[in-house]
Amino acid sequence: MNTTAFCKLGFAIGLSVLTTFGCTKKSDTAANNEIVIGEYGSMTGNEATFGQSTDKGIRLAIDEKNAAGGVKGKHIRLVVEDNQGKQDETAAVVRKLITRDKIIALLGEVASNRSLIAAPIAQQAQIPMITPSSTNPDVTKVGDYVFRVCFIDPFQGSVMARFTHDNLKLKKIAILKDLKSDYSLGLAEFFTKKFKELGGEIVGEATFQNGDTDFKAQLTQIRGEQPDGIFIPAYYTEVGLIARQAKQLGIKAVLLGGDGWDSPKLFEIGESAIEGAYFSNHYTTESSVPATQEFIKKYKTKFNEIPDGLGAMGYDAAQVLIAAMEKAPELTPAAIRTAIAQTKDFPGSTGTITLNSERNPDKEAFIVQVKGKGLKFVTTISKP
Amino acid sequence: MRIALILPFLIATFATFGMNDYTQLIVLYIAINIILATSLNLVNGFCGQFSLGHAGFMALGGYTSAALSMHFHPFDGAFQFLNFLIYALAGGAVAGAAGWLVGLPSLRLKGDYLAIVTLGFGEIIRVLFLNTESLGGARGLFGIVGLHGIDLFGLQLSPFFMSCTIAYLWASFTFLFLWRWTHSSFGRAFLSVREDELAAECMGVNTTRTKVLAFVISSFFAGLAGSLYAHTTNYLSPASFQFTRSVDVVIMVVLGGMGSLTGSVIAAIIVTILPEALRPVQDLIGIDIRMVIYSLLLILLMILRPQGLLGGKEWSYFLDSSLKRTTDIWRRYVRRPS
Amino acid sequence: MQDFIQHLINGLNLGAIYALIALGYTMVYGVLELINFAHSEVYMVGAFASYYVARYANLDAKPGIVSFITCLVVSMFVCSILGLTIERLAYRPLRNAPKLNVLITAIGVSLFLQFAGQAVFGADPKVFPEVLQDSVLFEWGMIQLRLFDVVILLVAFISMAGLHFLIQHTKTGKAIRAVSQSTRTATLMGISVNRMISITFILGSSLAGIGSVLVGLKYPKIDPLMGMMIGMKAFVAAVLGGIGNLPGAVVGGLVMGVCEEMVVGYLSSTYRDALAFGLLILILLFKPSGLLGKARVEKV
Repeated sequence: MNTTAFCKLGFAIGLSVLTTFGCTKKSDTAANNEIVIGEYGSMTGNEATFGQSTDKGIRLAIDEKNAAGGVKGKHIRLVVEDNQGKQDETAAVVRKLITRDKIIALLGEVASNRSLIAAPIAQQAQIPMITPSSTNPDVTKVGDYVFRVCFIDPFQGSVMARFTHDNLKLKKIAILKDLKSDYSLGLAEFFTKKFKELGGEIVGEATFQNGDTDFKAQLTQIRGEQPDGIFIPAYYTEVGLIARQAKQLGIKAVLLGGDGWDSPKLFEIGESAIEGAYFSNHYTTESSVPATQEFIKKYKTKFNEIPDGLGAMGYDAAQVLIAAMEKAPELTPAAIRTAIAQTKDFPGSTGTITLNSERNPDKEAFIVQVKGKGLKFVTTISKP
Repeated sequence: MRIALILPFLIATFATFGMNDYTQLIVLYIAINIILATSLNLVNGFCGQFSLGHAGFMALGGYTSAALSMHFHPFDGAFQFLNFLIYALAGGAVAGAAGWLVGLPSLRLKGDYLAIVTLGFGEIIRVLFLNTESLGGARGLFGIVGLHGIDLFGLQLSPFFMSCTIAYLWASFTFLFLWRWTHSSFGRAFLSVREDELAAECMGVNTTRTKVLAFVISSFFAGLAGSLYAHTTNYLSPASFQFTRSVDVVIMVVLGGMGSLTGSVIAAIIVTILPEALRPVQDLIGIDIRMVIYSLLLILLMILRPQGLLGGKEWSYFLDSSLKRTTDIWRRYVRRPS
Repeated sequence: MQDFIQHLINGLNLGAIYALIALGYTMVYGVLELINFAHSEVYMVGAFASYYVARYANLDAKPGIVSFITCLVVSMFVCSILGLTIERLAYRPLRNAPKLNVLITAIGVSLFLQFAGQAVFGADPKVFPEVLQDSVLFEWGMIQLRLFDVVILLVAFISMAGLHFLIQHTKTGKAIRAVSQSTRTATLMGISVNRMISITFILGSSLAGIGSVLVGLKYPKIDPLMGMMIGMKAFVAAVLGGIGNLPGAVVGGLVMGVCEEMVVGYLSSTYRDALAFGLLILILLFKPSGLLGKARVEKV
């Protein structure tokens, strides 16, 4: 192609691109009778079900409120962005939500790693952020604009340690953790501390990276230490594969985990290998609390499936935000922030939520066991 | 030269007042990409060595600069921006040193092999930073200091204005430096190495030194770009320096034309804007089709127009010829020969 | 000691898969002197093709040899077609272009397939159905030899033996070897270079297809980006053994697999990926022609 032809083609393309680009630049400022809220999560990627379930829970809450007339008579518009499970994508989409969509509040995420990226951005822009399920304690430490509605890992680690030691009476535990995840490293650390305090012994530790598919080497090494149980504080995709390969290697130890296991895909990936394993979770479908059962009913009606913990947490996070917006004297980020901080005795589907001075709630943990394609409730622990 | 000095301020002023936050970020990225593209063109285009590891050098520069900024601030107050001069130069220096290390083995390898080694090198750098906890590891490094706004004779200059100006000043500096370099005897040495190494050696060109020099200079500027990136986005993570980043820069170089500095500048602008300009398409269709179109364009480019936009020549060439045509017409029809 | 043997078994398994994919890289390099970056994406598409067929035909409800072979055949078929298409559309027009351009095109095709894969298949990982039932075949203390391990080694071995037979003992193989030595002379000898290149692509892609099904069985998670890392490592394996050299690719693959397993088992999983690139740089610095390759003399 000669230069002139190419240049003409390039010019034509460039012009059309610029026009489309230019058009969107001058576009919509939020209509005056609308509240814009942003949501970011991992709708695709390794932890896709986290983002998808949370999104469903959030939508349930928002649609419910909109049907009832909205907040202060205004319709709530939810802008959802997928961070594809990637860290720099998270930074990009959160920035976009804040600057282009002009949100006044932010909901997200599940994975602590990515919440830790979004939090400073939200804090700096002074937009209140509520994370539904990030359990790493550092997330809310970022600043006073960051809140959460779930328990934190020091609590969760201790809970699992106590359950493993007192209820299951296991003395020798090996740990297999994800190097790339703050959640995994933190939870492993807190579990180890409490377990040793209770008199247990950590016989081995191995690491892997999020995205790995082969764990044979690490599991062979762990097998050599002959543990009673293996604590795997990681996310469901890797956990499923690990369980499978552990079974293939003939490992008979009990598998233990945390809330990162909660996903319908866990059973699909882990199959029979994950049967009988225990993990700590934010909620259980067998709870007799009315708020929980009501939520499960509404979720089933709308989405035709039983909600997992992430869905419930998403619902609660959105509800807390909505309640705060109703209570706030005016709909500005600062006023909303103050209202969220004052959340007290909120009847969430996962328990009563009162935010303490560190912007975390004090909640109970439910230990569940994998049975077939579902989870069976084992016990509740509120003080490890 | 004068244009080069004034232009950054003009761009910065326009950008600060004429655009929203998001577009401002893009303007900054354009500056960074210009530095990356022109510096890579030096190695790939002028010297004919195929390097696929540019992202690694950028990472080195960025992390060095960030690490330094965490511990070392000699200047304060109004002259704070001089700090950043030091950080940038340090970043560039470290990257340049790495370029020297990579340049050495490059002597023996040709074409494909060199590409793979540089790719491998880039990845190793990334994995090293991934495992360096003190620099954030996998989670990344937050809160890197950025330029602060200053009060100049009562005029409030925002942080963005400062960042933008500095970024474009560096970009101009890079462009000028490389322009002078390639139009000197050094530049001709580079070209000779590209055309026929054996012949160049026979003519007395020290091909070893030339190639290593190419790597060092290009990686110095990549490090500079990395430092800019670190201080303007205030966040670094190994994930931003993957192989895909190197490929992005290669695309810019190829699109603009290997051996054409102005081409690289134009291509850098296009490649930075394109994904953002295509966002409405993504919103329309719902799936991320931007990158699909992007890679398709690359393939078509290589098949239909491999010499790139400017075909290895500089913008002045085209300007000259169109200028000539215009003056010809003027002379022939307007001014009657007396 | 027992752990070591287990690691060895695991490593050989991994290595066999690397070898299968490395063969594809090395064959294409042999005839075209091109690093086919898109090979890893062809592998990925093969995995997805057999995934969809297995799901559609509900093959995991009746696991066994038949289902397994069906998956293999489907994958091989789809991969071959894809490989052929890529060669025809992207590489053939650039047959006489500078090597750099083709390399960039290869990168472009690879990226295109990755992103298209994400757009079409969705970026979340899928679970490969269990078309073959695993079981323990042999146990000695803590060392286990499972059916999957044997199947992988067996299938890989058969494929490689088949390839070897094809290349060394048939006329087509001889023609391919001729083309890889010198394209021009091969044309003079009356060999249709285009056809030989197409056949090379078919062979290489089929092997990748086989590899993808084996991986799907062993590590059931598949996603559109699965090709990237494994492709990179297989490529390093090919270079390790000597690029353009078929037995070299096999040796390189096995060595790579065992080394990786040992490093992860005895050191730390952090260095799993860095190992591949480290090996690459070492071999290129000290013996660029690879373990089994012969040094090329450059004529003026």
